[in-house]
Amino acid sequence: MFKTEELQINIGPQHPSTHGVFRMLVTVDGETIIDLKPVFGYLHRNHEQIAEQNTYLQNMPYTDRLDYFNSMANNQAYAMAVEKLAGIEVPERAEYIRVLMVELTRILNHAGALGFLINDMGMWQTQLAFGMREREKILDLFEMASGARMMCNYFRFGGVVRDLPPEFMPKLKELLVAMPAFVDELERLLRENEILMQRAEGIGILPKELALAYSVTGPVLRGSGVPYDIRKAEPYSVYDRFDFDIPVGSVGDVYDRFLVRIEEMRQSKRIIEQIVEQLPDARGGHINPRARQNVRPPVGDAYARIESPKGELGFYLVSDGSPKPYRYKVRAPSFINLTPLGDMCRGYKVADVVVILGSIDIVMGEVDR
Amino acid sequence: MPRLSPEELRERMARDLPGAVLEPTPLRVVPPPAHGPQPALFVTGDTVVAAGRLVEAALYLRDTLGYAFLSDIAVVDYLADGIFELVYRFYTIEGGDGLVLKVRVPRDVPEVPSLTPYWPGANLHEREAFDLFGIIFTGHPFLRRIYMWDEFEGWPMRKDFPKQGDKYIGADE
Repeated sequence: MFKTEELQINIGPQHPSTHGVFRMLVTVDGETIIDLKPVFGYLHRNHEQIAEQNTYLQNMPYTDRLDYFNSMANNQAYAMAVEKLAGIEVPERAEYIRVLMVELTRILNHAGALGFLINDMGMWQTQLAFGMREREKILDLFEMASGARMMCNYFRFGGVVRDLPPEFMPKLKELLVAMPAFVDELERLLRENEILMQRAEGIGILPKELALAYSVTGPVLRGSGVPYDIRKAEPYSVYDRFDFDIPVGSVGDVYDRFLVRIEEMRQSKRIIEQIVEQLPDARGGHINPRARQNVRPPVGDAYARIESPKGELGFYLVSDGSPKPYRYKVRAPSFINLTPLGDMCRGYKVADVVVILGSIDIVMGEVDR
Repeated sequence: MPRLSPEELRERMARDLPGAVLEPTPLRVVPPPAHGPQPALFVTGDTVVAAGRLVEAALYLRDTLGYAFLSDIAVVDYLADGIFELVYRFYTIEGGDGLVLKVRVPRDVPEVPSLTPYWPGANLHEREAFDLFGIIFTGHPFLRRIYMWDEFEGWPMRKDFPKQGDKYIGADE
């Protein structure tokens, strides 16, 4: 008889697979995981407290720093919450520009997330470089429109800060022509790939009922087979005008989450094509000219949520009638998506933890806030 | 499953769970100025439930009305009113607007029953609320600090937490 012994090990905080500073306290029996507790807070800066010391507009660039991959999506959720609180209307054209930016962000995020996931599996740099190359093209578009590649700070209450420059649309159309080839190539490279199948199929299964009970959102929930997407479930902005599908997985393993992300990139491209068609007819300018930026919303509260690339991103604001928010709360998708990590990893091997974590797609700037 | 407005929810809960729904008292939010125009009071349109009946009300939303998705738990510190307000957000996966349950607890005894035994997804929300506001969730399996280190003293998101000069940061930093 072999004598076995339980052992506690730390993965992280400094570990290349944790995409930041994140520690997992793992109890193992040999190679098998018995228990896993996520430990975080290494990047905690009390984002919410700092935001309550700022005026509403000062927080707009600060939301960029939450999920630094998807600054445009953070901007949209925050702008929507303030607009709801202060009763600001957004012109049609501005809504189209916003949706265009957020859908580009989704493609960018998934390209990066898949690249990192494959990288974590040990297939090294090739696929990551593929994703990053596409991401760079989209960042060029962001730079053209907002002046910054990552910390875009592009949205304002009642619209966006400036209209699209004339050279934006030709570049975007070029990108749309090149996009299907990239997504197909990425899928062809990986779909039947031996390494990916062995590391991803049947690993990190999150059943449908558990996924709902754990309140996970985004590709993790859809990978488990729940067709819940806020863009369809509670359409905001102009999403009710577009024709797109919600991809869902069947088993809820890492491979399903991977496929959902691939398909979401295609659906985002479909939405962008419809925007390119409809944008010239949209009424209004890029911003509501009567919208004040130094808002003083009336006393009350408001919650706005969007489907960010990582899941449900919500802002809860309480106003006391002053120029600063009395309460500013972020419902961060990657923070909540980490809740089932222990259940998803139990029974698998230590090497699978890295892959399961990569498939959730977290950003520590948002988790730790 | 029909989607409900907050008014309909209050009606239904008053019928099915007598005594659980409380009449929301208007909140002052900030201390009123000594002179000059008085700011408006904050009257919430959402459902305020008694802290002791929270689990019952939440399970009613989940099992009877189908609002099974617990999306968010937010805490607001109303210092001038002497209460903490917890905001629970529920949605259906069929889509549409969500429903909100608000629970008010006194600032000196911030105790709320935990929803983690029924919604494992409430776990990290409640630990965050405990860490930053010091809300005690009775029945939570692992109520420990999540962002701050374990030895940290104080509740950093409370409105009366010193912005400068606490024991970790000197007054002149």
